[in-house]
Amino acid sequence: MERVIMGNHAASYGAQLARAQVIAAYPITPQTQIIEMLSEFCADGRLNAKFITVESEHSAMAATIGAATAGARTFTATSSHGLALMHEMLHWAAGARLPIVMAEVNRAMGPGWSIWTDQNDSLSQRDTGWMQVYCESNQEVLDSVIQGYKIAETVLLPLMIVIDAFVLSHTSEAVDIPDIATVDRFLPPRKAQYKLDVTTPHAFGGLVTPSHYMEMRYKMQKAMEEALGVMEDVDREFQQIFGRSYGLLEEYRMDDAEVVLVTSGTITSTAREVIDSLREEGQRIGLLKMRVFRPFPTERARNALACAQKIAVIDRNISFGQGGIFAQEVRSALYDAGTRTPLFNFIVGLGGRDVTPTSLRNIATFIFEHETPPEDIIWWEVNK
Amino acid sequence: MSTDLVRPRESVKPETIPEEEYMFSGHAACPGCGGALAMRHALKALGEKTIVVIPASCWSIIAGAFPSNALQVPLMHTAFATGGAAAAGISAALQMQGDTETTVLTWAGDGGTFDIGIQALSGAAERNEDFIYACYDNEAYMNTGIQRSSATPWGAWTTTTPVSKFKQEPKKDIVGIMVAHRIPYAATASVAYLEDLVYKFRKAKSIRGTKFIHILAPCPPGWKSEPSQSIKIARLAVQSKVFPLYEVEKGEKYTVNVWPEKPRPVREYLQLQGRFRHLSAVDLETIQHNVDCAWEELVKKAKESGTC
Repeated sequence: MERVIMGNHAASYGAQLARAQVIAAYPITPQTQIIEMLSEFCADGRLNAKFITVESEHSAMAATIGAATAGARTFTATSSHGLALMHEMLHWAAGARLPIVMAEVNRAMGPGWSIWTDQNDSLSQRDTGWMQVYCESNQEVLDSVIQGYKIAETVLLPLMIVIDAFVLSHTSEAVDIPDIATVDRFLPPRKAQYKLDVTTPHAFGGLVTPSHYMEMRYKMQKAMEEALGVMEDVDREFQQIFGRSYGLLEEYRMDDAEVVLVTSGTITSTAREVIDSLREEGQRIGLLKMRVFRPFPTERARNALACAQKIAVIDRNISFGQGGIFAQEVRSALYDAGTRTPLFNFIVGLGGRDVTPTSLRNIATFIFEHETPPEDIIWWEVNK
Repeated sequence: MSTDLVRPRESVKPETIPEEEYMFSGHAACPGCGGALAMRHALKALGEKTIVVIPASCWSIIAGAFPSNALQVPLMHTAFATGGAAAAGISAALQMQGDTETTVLTWAGDGGTFDIGIQALSGAAERNEDFIYACYDNEAYMNTGIQRSSATPWGAWTTTTPVSKFKQEPKKDIVGIMVAHRIPYAATASVAYLEDLVYKFRKAKSIRGTKFIHILAPCPPGWKSEPSQSIKIARLAVQSKVFPLYEVEKGEKYTVNVWPEKPRPVREYLQLQGRFRHLSAVDLETIQHNVDCAWEELVKKAKESGTC
């Protein structure tokens, strides 16, 4: 059934179709609509789940962890300061190897207070052990939630669906909402190998001495590496049933491209249009959409960029004292490629500043005019 | 949520303490630890259908390092501030699985209860989540080496309230805070009165909603007392009315469970503990006065409840 819904509600439908059993959440703009709709679903019986209206995001993740440890399929959603408040428990969820799926709406961190989009909130959680999937469309949000459970429950790591504030969260698009019976075929109920169970008592999360801790972390990294293949398998299976697939990343008009823009989130949609018009003008320019950020698809990214002569990474985030975070990751992936392709790092759109087709067209022009980056970090459309 | 008894078949008043053990003897507690003894008897009362949640506390260590485990029931360790929230999640999952028999027990220290965990505890209590929250209170951050908490009594030495400026603030009234949430059941318990402790855990198990049990747990290293004196100290705490044993139902009905027949002066309780050694005669009088006032308050509430 196709319906026109907001990105937030696409996440709600995803959790409903995946039959989440326990949802613990706390409101925060611009995520709130996700949990409001799920509250309605739980109240009117469209979703058979227990909704815990916790008193903070820290407790939201703690309750989700408790429920997941007891074997339930769990969901929560948050944004920005809420995600930051969860930080301790994000480590806990991953370290406990719990397949929690969370929708995270990208909102800038204060101060100054901002409710608008940028990626510093989610990218600050890079090293917690969560998988991160950056979405471009409402359909991708819904589909990624459903795929997310299958991936997370296979590799036993939590997964975060990342949605740009307002640009995606509050924008309405036509979305195919699949039949739940079809989703059931794709995603069977969760079967936890170990859980809190009075018939087979186990202890979870206790003290670990140096003689065992490192092995546990090694296994988390192995699970992340395994996840790359699992994500592609799940995506392929999803494609067979639902007719849609997304990949770890997406190459757009990359044939013979000399210049490649690297984007994530909704900037990708804007970039597609700009690339189309530049192609019409005869420019050899392509687009690489980074969808999965953790695990980082190093090999796929390296292959996609192998023939590029200039790369422009568009970062809606900043790691203070270093630069754009996607740029660091892409540069790191290219190191072993043995090439020294000039990589331009543009910082754009922080705190929700619009990134328009003109912004991206001007970035393209800038690259055409420069053989190498004039600066390590190119702050775009900022009053210095 | 109804607060009716849901497991009426079980007697809540045991004639004796159950013989079954759900805790191994090979735990990592210090000699004379009140918190270890309290857990052992709480589990005797609750039985095998119990899931224990332990936020950061001495019990994070007492339970043993991987792959050892001192409990014979399922156990989930969790982060310091999350005793209330993690239990709520487990309780929700059990409900979704149709399990109405298993008891979820959060087992937290005073730091995890009075201080860093009070927000999650308050949230869970306000939502009347179905679980028992037990605080084994050793009156300071003992696991990190004796720093004051808001459960540390007035006058006590800790490493962050040195003798020259001993704790200047009274102990937080945690039971009063929980009673103000109108939870179905709140009680105090002591390792010196184990029949009473077992009775209270059984009673808590029989009630739906949030139950809170506050246990005074002597800590020889932190209280600077002899391990062999822990039970005596805990008994003196009750007999001197420093730590009365009582229960509060539905936020209003107070019952005093142990009436000291021959009340002992507070001094006798304090003098067995090095953490109070620096106190002057005037300080001791002040403490005695405050203890007497609090006891009168409690008796007044019990009288108003018609239980004495």
